Amino acid sequence: MNLRRLIVIGIPFTWLLLFFLVPFAIVIKISLSDPAIAIPPYSPTLELSGGWAGLKAFFSQLDFENFTFLTLDPLYYTAYLSSLKIATISTLLTLGVAFPMAYGMARAPEEWRATLMMLVILPFWTSFLIRVYSWMGILGKEGFLNMILLWLGIIDEPLTILNTNTAVYIGIVYTYLPFMILPIYSTLEKLDLSLIEAAEDLGCTRTSAFWLVTVPLSVPGVVAGCFLVFIPALGEFVIPSLLGGSDTLMIGKVLWEEFFSNRDWPVASAVAVILLAILIIPIILFQRNQQKQLEGDQ
Amino acid sequence: MKKLSWFNLTTLTLGFAFLYIPMIVLIVYSFNGGRLVTVWAGFSTKWYGTLFHNEAFLDAAWVTIRVAVATATLATILGTLAGYVLVRGGRFWGRTLFSGMAYAPLVMPDVILGLSLLLLFKVMFGSMGMTTIILAHTTFAMCYVSVVVSSRLLSFDKSLEEAASDLGATPFDTFMSVTLPIIFPAVLSGWLLAFTLSLDDLVIASFVTGPGATTLPIKIYSAVRLGVSPEINALSTIMIGIVTVGVLTASLINKRKVVQRLKDEKTAN
Repeated sequence: MNLRRLIVIGIPFTWLLLFFLVPFAIVIKISLSDPAIAIPPYSPTLELSGGWAGLKAFFSQLDFENFTFLTLDPLYYTAYLSSLKIATISTLLTLGVAFPMAYGMARAPEEWRATLMMLVILPFWTSFLIRVYSWMGILGKEGFLNMILLWLGIIDEPLTILNTNTAVYIGIVYTYLPFMILPIYSTLEKLDLSLIEAAEDLGCTRTSAFWLVTVPLSVPGVVAGCFLVFIPALGEFVIPSLLGGSDTLMIGKVLWEEFFSNRDWPVASAVAVILLAILIIPIILFQRNQQKQLEGDQ
Repeated sequence: MKKLSWFNLTTLTLGFAFLYIPMIVLIVYSFNGGRLVTVWAGFSTKWYGTLFHNEAFLDAAWVTIRVAVATATLATILGTLAGYVLVRGGRFWGRTLFSGMAYAPLVMPDVILGLSLLLLFKVMFGSMGMTTIILAHTTFAMCYVSVVVSSRLLSFDKSLEEAASDLGATPFDTFMSVTLPIIFPAVLSGWLLAFTLSLDDLVIASFVTGPGATTLPIKIYSAVRLGVSPEINALSTIMIGIVTVGVLTASLINKRKVVQRLKDEKTAN
């Protein structure tokens, strides 16, 4: 291996090791430490000057106390379960909204497609925080939606949507919609229309051709889209914090509060370690899926 | 090409209405004269005026832009290298680990990235500020750049690089005079992507920020937690406006290039 190659590989490799992998090691270490009234607020801290004996003493002080604490307090496991539930339901809802849109885009006249594509991508470039915030003005008690519904006479009293789980679902579907549309659209666009014609020639009705040909061929895009929504939704913080209520339990919010309000670094780290353990399976599956598609394209 | 069926037309109309109505409502209400967000009190631009006299917002905007420019530049260099290594790097020790690390930040929840980087920076530097935000943003933004660059590298004709090295170019010369010009549009969109990601981030910045390094999203978040405010509506409208103009310009330039290429091909034939 020559020096130049070593440098080209070495620079991004070292950066990711230092700023991505090492931090996780620290999180795991602190999740095994005890909280302390000190700076930094945990003990023990690693002192390399103590030599081998110091190292041994350091490891003997680590324990699983924080993890035991997480299983004892119902707040944490209900938060994990409720995050899983909210992420699953909103992924399915996003799929339900995104699939017809991606299908419509793929069937649109060719000269429209670039414009439609841009209309999907444009919100993606706009600030995430602002897009979530825009729903606060719509879903509130005196918001735009209630105003319209009252004016139309559909309801007599304003609905309470903001600060409930419904608002969280709407927020997740809204902000992650482009992530679901784009991969589905790219598989549907590549789909050979003559396959559907062939199915229809062979006696399929339009509906059964859709279910037997179009849907199975769109699976890679659907799978990629679902992972792209489910994984970030599970650890979501901004949406439950701005649109959810006090009873909306999501683990991202719990971690945030543990860190910023309670200043309990070891428990916050333990919460992060378990969240990561839950996420590692979908993340690996997602990477396998991407790898397979990459190899299929080549 | 046949026309769109009424079913597809309806889903597309409803879908895009869902995507755009919240932003349109927000923009319209930013021109509302009253303090109450829902009661229309006549057209006015006064909230834009108060916004431009709000020192705290202006300071935060300036910090955010400096962080975003530094992040985008660093992330583009590192991400282009990473994308190049992933596609052209061949086999090396730790390749699987490397590609795992290059993809994982794309899907890692912000709260975990933020917390872990904060703990690292506490050990490394002790204090936080703009530098730590830049380092943190670069780490996740470079992965996006690497994805954009590596997909461009995958789709271009490798024989061009081979031709250059057959003609005696060193790998470095080949990269600079053949590879880089071809992947340049991807590098540029990587820069823009990294820039917007940095501009947009609230969670990671909240963890690794320090005194004097309040970014715009941190400022907006602390303001909107209390509810909707016309000033934030005005600020959001400006931000949406800038992004829209940027994306439209980029796509127009792109379109003109495609049209030009088609013309060139026609005359060549």
